[in-house]
Amino acid sequence: MEFKVSNKANRLTLILMIVGVLFTAIGIISNIGEHNLVQRIMANGLINGFFFFAIGLGALFFLALQYATETGWYASVKRVIEGVAGFLPYGMGLLGTVLLVITFLDGAHIYLWMDKAYTTVGNHHYDEIIDHKSAYLSPMFFWIRTAVYFTVYMLFWRGFRNRSLEEDKVGGTEIHFKNYKKAAVFLVFFAVFSSSSSWDWIMSIDVHWFSTLFGWYTFAGMWCSTMTVLVLLTLYLKKQGYLPKVNENHIHDLGKWTFAISFLWSYLWFSQFMLIWYANIGEEVVYYMTRIDHFKVMYFGMFLINFVFPMILLMSRDAKRHAGVLTFVGVIIIIGHWFDVYIMISAGSMGEQARLGFLEIGMALLVAGFFIRTILNNLTKAPLTPVNHPFLDESIHHEV
Amino acid sequence: MHKEAAIREPLILGHKTYHDITEDVCRPIEDKAPRMWYILFGIALIIGLYGVGCILYLLGTGIGVWGLNKTIGWAWDITNFVWWVGIGHAGTLISAVLLLFRQKWRMAINRSAEAMTIFAVFMAGTFPMIHMGRIWMAYWTMPLPNHFGSLWVNFNSPLLWDVFAISTYLSVGLIFWYIGLIPDFATIRDRAKRPVPKKMYTLLAFGWSGRAKHWNRFELVSLVLAGLATPLVFSVHSIVSFDFATSVIPGWHTTIFPPYFVAGAVFSGFAMVQTLMLVMRKAMRLEAYIHTRHVEYMNIVIMVTGSIVGVAYLTELFVSWYSGVEYEQYAFINRATGPYWWAYWSMMTCNVISPQLMWIRKLRRSLLFTFVISIVVNIGMWFERYVIIVTSIHRDYLPAAWSMHFPSHIDLGVYIGTIGLFFVFFLLFARFFPVLALNEVKTILKSSGESYKNAPDHGHGHHANDAHSHDAHEDNSNSNIQ
Repeated sequence: MEFKVSNKANRLTLILMIVGVLFTAIGIISNIGEHNLVQRIMANGLINGFFFFAIGLGALFFLALQYATETGWYASVKRVIEGVAGFLPYGMGLLGTVLLVITFLDGAHIYLWMDKAYTTVGNHHYDEIIDHKSAYLSPMFFWIRTAVYFTVYMLFWRGFRNRSLEEDKVGGTEIHFKNYKKAAVFLVFFAVFSSSSSWDWIMSIDVHWFSTLFGWYTFAGMWCSTMTVLVLLTLYLKKQGYLPKVNENHIHDLGKWTFAISFLWSYLWFSQFMLIWYANIGEEVVYYMTRIDHFKVMYFGMFLINFVFPMILLMSRDAKRHAGVLTFVGVIIIIGHWFDVYIMISAGSMGEQARLGFLEIGMALLVAGFFIRTILNNLTKAPLTPVNHPFLDESIHHEV
Repeated sequence: MHKEAAIREPLILGHKTYHDITEDVCRPIEDKAPRMWYILFGIALIIGLYGVGCILYLLGTGIGVWGLNKTIGWAWDITNFVWWVGIGHAGTLISAVLLLFRQKWRMAINRSAEAMTIFAVFMAGTFPMIHMGRIWMAYWTMPLPNHFGSLWVNFNSPLLWDVFAISTYLSVGLIFWYIGLIPDFATIRDRAKRPVPKKMYTLLAFGWSGRAKHWNRFELVSLVLAGLATPLVFSVHSIVSFDFATSVIPGWHTTIFPPYFVAGAVFSGFAMVQTLMLVMRKAMRLEAYIHTRHVEYMNIVIMVTGSIVGVAYLTELFVSWYSGVEYEQYAFINRATGPYWWAYWSMMTCNVISPQLMWIRKLRRSLLFTFVISIVVNIGMWFERYVIIVTSIHRDYLPAAWSMHFPSHIDLGVYIGTIGLFFVFFLLFARFFPVLALNEVKTILKSSGESYKNAPDHGHGHHANDAHSHDAHEDNSNSNIQ
C-alpha cells in the first residue's frame, strides 16, 4: 500500500516548524546582548543535530541488526525502519553544518581544544592535558574522522535501501544473503564508530574528563530513542489505516525492544555513575559534580523517567500491546532522552549558564518538525510493506 | 502454528518422529554406561579428589600455602573464581535470553548448558569460600543477627554484593533448570522398567502428568523465570566486575568493566558449551539434534562477544592514553611490555584474534576447528582475568614493594581439582539426566525438522502424518513454548 502524507500531518509538521522558528526568534531577540548567545545557539544546534541524527543512525543500526541476525518478525515493519533510517542523510547534513559552524565560528566555546591557545606552550591558557590530547583532538583529525563516519554510514545506507527496493522487484534470496553479509560488516564499523564518534562529538566537550563506558552509554541512549520513534511511527501508521499486516504481535515486539533497551540504557547509566561516584577520583567525579551542581533535578529526573516509566508501565504483556500506554511511555521517554543529550552537551559547554528557554524549546521543535516531515515524506517513496522479503511470510504469521 | 521460512536451515536432521526423539534422549540413560564413560569419570574423579586434598591441606594449614605475597594479596584464587563464574554465564543466556529472542536452536543445547552453568558456579563459589581460611565461618557473609557483638556485614563492599548476586543467580538458575527437567523426568519415569530408577525418577518428576494445565503452568513459569534470569545474566558479572572497578587501582578502575565483563563471560561460557557439546553429541549420538548449524550459531555468538571484548580492550587502551593519567598509562604499558607480557599477548591472541577467524564460513562450520578454538578461548579468558588482576597490582605505587606472583603447587592443585570436579558433576549429569530437553525439542520438530519443514503440501506431507499416527497417543507434548 502506498503511503500518502495526510494534509493534517503536513499542516502539523509545518506548524511545529513555524512555532520552532518563532520560539527560536523570540529566544534570540530576548537574549541579544547576552555574551553567550552564540555559544548557546551552537550548543543547541549540536544537541538537536546529534539527537535526531542519532535516531536515524540508530534505525540504520537496527535494520542492520535484523539483517545480520536473520530476524523474521520485523519484515512487515521493515519499511518503517527504513523510513526513519532515511533521515540519516538529512541528520548528517544538519550535524555536519553545526560542526562546521562550531569549527569555523567559535570552536572553543563548545570544544575547548579547538582553541590553539590551550595547546601553545607559553600561552597563559596553556593546558598540559589538552596539549597531550591534541594528537587526537585536533580540528583536522576531528574532521577526517567525522568525514569517514559520514561516508561509511552513507554508503551502507544507500546500499541497504537500494537492495531493499530492488528486492521488491526481483525477489529471490540473493539479495537477502548479500544484506546478511553487508550488515555484519556494517556492524563492525558501527561498533568502532559509535564509540569513537561519541568521544569526538560529545565526550571531548568535557575535555579533561574521560570514561571508557561513554561510547556504549551514548549508543544505548541513541538506540532507545530510535526504538521509541519506531513504536510511535508504527502506531501512527496503524491508526491511519496503513500496515494491515502489522498487528499487536509486531507492536508487542517493538514494545519489548523499547522496554529492554531502556533497561540497557539505565544499566549503563548506573554502571558509569556508580563506579565514578564510588571511586571518587577527582578527575572523574568532576563530570558528575557539574551535573549535580547545576542540573540536579533535571539530571536525576531524566534518569528516573527513562528508567522507571518503561520499567513499570511496560512490564506487563498487555501494556506492550496497547497503543495508548505505548504512546504515553514513548512520548515521555523520548523527551527524557532528549534531556539526556541536552545535559550531556550543555553541562560541558554552557555549564551553570545553561538555560532552558524559548531558544532551546524552539530549536528542538524546529528540528523535530523537520525530522517528522522528512520521515513521513520518506515513507511515501516505497510500498509500506516489502513485497519479496524471504521472511515476510514468517512476519505475517507472527504470533507471540 | 509458527511459520518458518524455507531458507532457514532445519534444526533437526533426518527423518525423526516424536518417538525417535524420546528414544534418542532416553536410551543413553537406560542402557549401561559405555566403558569410555567409566574411564573419563575415573580420571575426573582422581583429579577432583586431588583438588579436594589440596583444599583440605589449605584449610588445615592456612592460605599461606598459596603463592600470594604482601603486594599481591589476590591472584590465583580470584582469577579462577571469575573464570568459573564467567563460564557459568552461557546457560542462563541460552535458556533465558535466547528464549525471549525465540531462538529455537537453543532447545538442543539449553539443558546441558544450564547444567554446565550450575556446576561452574559451584566451582566458582569454592574459591572465595576457601579464601576465608576458616570455611566454617562462611555463613558470616550473610547479614545474620549474631551474638558475637556488633558484627555486621559490610554493605558497602562489592564482595558482599557478589554473595547476594551469585547466590540469587544460582537459585534462579537451579530452579529454571529443574523446572525444565520435570517433564523429561516424567518421560523417563514412564519408560523406566527397573524399580529403583522408577522410584527415583518418580520422585524427581514431582507428579508430572502432562495435562494441559501442567503445560500451561510450565510455560508460564518458564517465561517468568526467563524474565527474572535475564537481568541476572547482566547483574552477576557486572557485580563481579565491581569487585575491581570500584577500587582506585589503575587497570581495575574503569567504567567499561560491567558490560565488558558480561560480554567476556558469555564469550567464555559459549566456548565451554562448545567444548562439552562437541564431545557429547558424538558420544551420545545426538548428531541429528546438535549439528553444524547449531555449532555455527554458537560460533557466531563467540565471534560477536569476542569482538565486543576486543573493542573494550582497545577502548581501555585508547582511554588510558587519552586520559593523560600516567598511572593509567603505566598500567597498560606494563601489561603489554612488562614481565607479564606473555600473559597479555596470550590473552590478546586467544580472545581477540582467534574468534575473528570465525568470519570464514568454512571454519565456523568445521567441528574440529571449533573444538580447538573453544579451548583456546577459555585459555584466553583465563589469562584475561589473570592479566587484569595480577598485572594491575604487582607493581604498585611504591617500587620497593614491586613483586611477582608465582602459583604454588597447591594453587595449581586446587585449580586443576575444580576442573576435575566440574567434569565429575557433568559426567554424572550426562549419565542420569536427559541431556536434551526432549519435550521442548519435540515442539519444533514439525516446524524445523528436516523431513517436515520443506515437505510438499505445506509441511503436512506424508512424513508428518506418519509421525502423528505413530506417536500421537504416546506423546502429549504439543506445547508451544514460545
